[in-house]
Amino acid sequence: MTRHIVIDPITRLEGHGKIDVILNDQGEVDHAYFQVPELRGFEKFAQGRPAEDMPQITSRICGVCPMAHHMAATKALDDLYQIEPAPAARVIRELAYNTFMFEDHALHFYFLGGPDFIVGPTAPKDQRNVLGVVAKVGVEVGKKVIAMRRAARDLISLLAGKVIHPVFGLPGGVSRQVRAEEQERAVQVARQAVEFAEFTLGAFHDIVLKNRQYVALITSPAYTHQTYYMGLVDEKNRVNFYDGAVRVVTPQGKEYARFQARDYLKHIAEHVEPWSFMKFCYLKNVGWKGFEEAPASGVYAVAPLARLNVSDGMPTPKAQAAYEEFFGTLGPRPVHHTLATHWARVIELLCAAEMMLQLAQSPLLVDPNIRNIPTAKPAEGIGIVEAPRGTLIHHYATDEKGVITMANLIVATQNNAARIAMSVDRAAKALIKGGQADDGVLNMIEMAFRAYDPCNGCATHSLPGHMPLLLRIYDPRHRLVNEIRRAGGFTDFQGRGAERAGATEK
Amino acid sequence: MSKPKVGFYWCASCGGCEESVVDLAEAILDVAAAVDFVFFPVAMDFKRSDVEAMADGAMAACMINGAIRSSEQRAMAKLLRRKAQILIAYGACSHQGGIPGLANLFDRQSILQTVYRDTPSTVNPGDIRPEASTRIPHGEVELPVLDEQVKSLDQVVPVDYYIPGCAPPVQLLKDALAAILTGRLPPKGSVLAPDKALCEQCPRAPSKPDNLLIDQFKRPHLERIDPEKCLLAQGFLCLGPATRGGCGWACINANMPCTGCLGPVSRTRDYGGAAMSALASLVNSNDEAQIAAMLETIVDPAGTFYRYGLPASLLFARAGANADKGGHEP
Repeated sequence: MTRHIVIDPITRLEGHGKIDVILNDQGEVDHAYFQVPELRGFEKFAQGRPAEDMPQITSRICGVCPMAHHMAATKALDDLYQIEPAPAARVIRELAYNTFMFEDHALHFYFLGGPDFIVGPTAPKDQRNVLGVVAKVGVEVGKKVIAMRRAARDLISLLAGKVIHPVFGLPGGVSRQVRAEEQERAVQVARQAVEFAEFTLGAFHDIVLKNRQYVALITSPAYTHQTYYMGLVDEKNRVNFYDGAVRVVTPQGKEYARFQARDYLKHIAEHVEPWSFMKFCYLKNVGWKGFEEAPASGVYAVAPLARLNVSDGMPTPKAQAAYEEFFGTLGPRPVHHTLATHWARVIELLCAAEMMLQLAQSPLLVDPNIRNIPTAKPAEGIGIVEAPRGTLIHHYATDEKGVITMANLIVATQNNAARIAMSVDRAAKALIKGGQADDGVLNMIEMAFRAYDPCNGCATHSLPGHMPLLLRIYDPRHRLVNEIRRAGGFTDFQGRGAERAGATEK
Repeated sequence: MSKPKVGFYWCASCGGCEESVVDLAEAILDVAAAVDFVFFPVAMDFKRSDVEAMADGAMAACMINGAIRSSEQRAMAKLLRRKAQILIAYGACSHQGGIPGLANLFDRQSILQTVYRDTPSTVNPGDIRPEASTRIPHGEVELPVLDEQVKSLDQVVPVDYYIPGCAPPVQLLKDALAAILTGRLPPKGSVLAPDKALCEQCPRAPSKPDNLLIDQFKRPHLERIDPEKCLLAQGFLCLGPATRGGCGWACINANMPCTGCLGPVSRTRDYGGAAMSALASLVNSNDEAQIAAMLETIVDPAGTFYRYGLPASLLFARAGANADKGGHEP
């Protein structure tokens, strides 16, 4: 008998995430396929465009993290034209970038991942969203979140021209100087950000870490994968979002590789599967061994947990204290619990806020020399940043006029794609028995998803990141046995899974 | 009296249009007080079946962002068209095709070849491509087939109004919502933004000579840019003369030239054509060879003049119409 369960709205399931679960002859799960079913082809239509347009064109890969693409592209232009940004430009860029990281992480905590924990796994579904968060923590806090987001985004608009989509990036500099009175405003917003981040970390402590059930959930084997980790570090191997060397650690926490942007092709490769438009990254020198854990497999992870795992510390004092507490509680390094990403993200929120304050106070911020003008002949350029969702690489080759002949983009979520696929498969195998499934399956999958905060828009250079899901179960003769659907979106997709995860845990 | 029902849906987009709604910030509370959002997948939990169950025209207005490039998006556009009294194309992709529309410069096969074979980090010895259907040990898994062409919304369904921009400026969204609520809407087919070129009232307009003539086009990354002076007068390719205003001169205030994301004013059928003729009239030469040499300095005319509007342009409107037979209104 074919049972057809529709849990949730169809929204854009064709265009977003899709999971096909295939059963074997015994009715057990053979494999679950996490698919991304769309492609926009930025790498192709970048060809023929002037390189200097890349910061503005590639930001359209993602309207949620446009600054990450804008900045990776701008840094690739620095490299293309072999020119260092003027010192003031570096400060302006880093201030804009840390403000963006702060704002994006705050959005995730309060609007996306947070509702699961703050409102609680057993709360009614219509409360498991940002409004539920406001109800739980108070209207005043809700207003504070909205006001903070607006202040941060206004600061980005001021520095970058537009917040969706920035325009200030030029090789060797930025387009616009910061005025003295604007610096005062930036310092004010940065102070507010530090206070806000400390408040948020405190809330995370009170609501999540003091709750034994939540901590048990975070450390449960269902959400644990032994893989390599990757992230940018500064010269002292501390977390850096804007610049540095790429560091990779083994599942045991040993440094496996440490390399500069220009060497990325020696270390990172992408694997193609016929059943998804998303390519799967892996460590080239370990090799692609399928969707397997380390040590045999080159699958690795990026994003907040990975960044903390590859770093020896944080660049700012308050974040450093939080980092020590994190590994003191869950350690030793590396921590393999995917859900610990939520905690790591709040620590990074504090780091980004402290960085904002340091940068906003720099006398260089208002220095009028904001550009070095390129004179070199362009040929090839590579730029790397840490996007909120992980390591992001832009690589361009051009003709002598600086017109793009090749563009290669390795995007945050793509780095995590194999590990996400593994999480999906594990959840399916654990929870689907005899072809039967309920909401709990989707629930468990979503809990894992939310921690990665996947952005499939970035990953396929195609779509935005708030992903509806379609889960279909097929028997060996390709007859549809079961179908579960779920909408994407800020509050729904992000807010709903927890209840069912809670139910599953019982 | 019940509040007017409003929908907000996304097709092939980057998510920036959704962020622009969230950027209403505190004002979103006023909006929520004035209208009922009955379909807003990114923020609220309503089902497609809820939309299907609505009477035709039940929604006072529905905004759709993103370009159209799949059967599912076409189906949703048609469904929402039926259910909404007013259908609004929201943002540059829906309005004109947007930056993803640049894919129309290439065919689908060459896009797949670049992404899955030619990019230098791709390791694909079997030359595998994503397939509509893949045999696996116990069955098969499927992927949708991509459309050959990217389209603007009005190439798929009739559109009543347009809110332009990439992303639309928050003020335009506020003004549009106010117009919907008071019923004070302009004639159908209008773009809900000032019908004036960006150049008019530009803060740098006083430094634009009356008889502006350009000797040479400059690329912004290779020259210093005076932060006060008209960008065109400096020789930078600022598309302000051809582009609709309403953005608050955001790019120009950041000392970068306008790239045309709000599209043309109402008198213009083809944005790129208008932009090119506006610039051609500024060329300071009557010598053909000299003019040709100057135009050579514009290294990417297609990507420069049609950056946000290739699918909607006269170049592609016809090609797009023939490419996907299933995609057109009967």
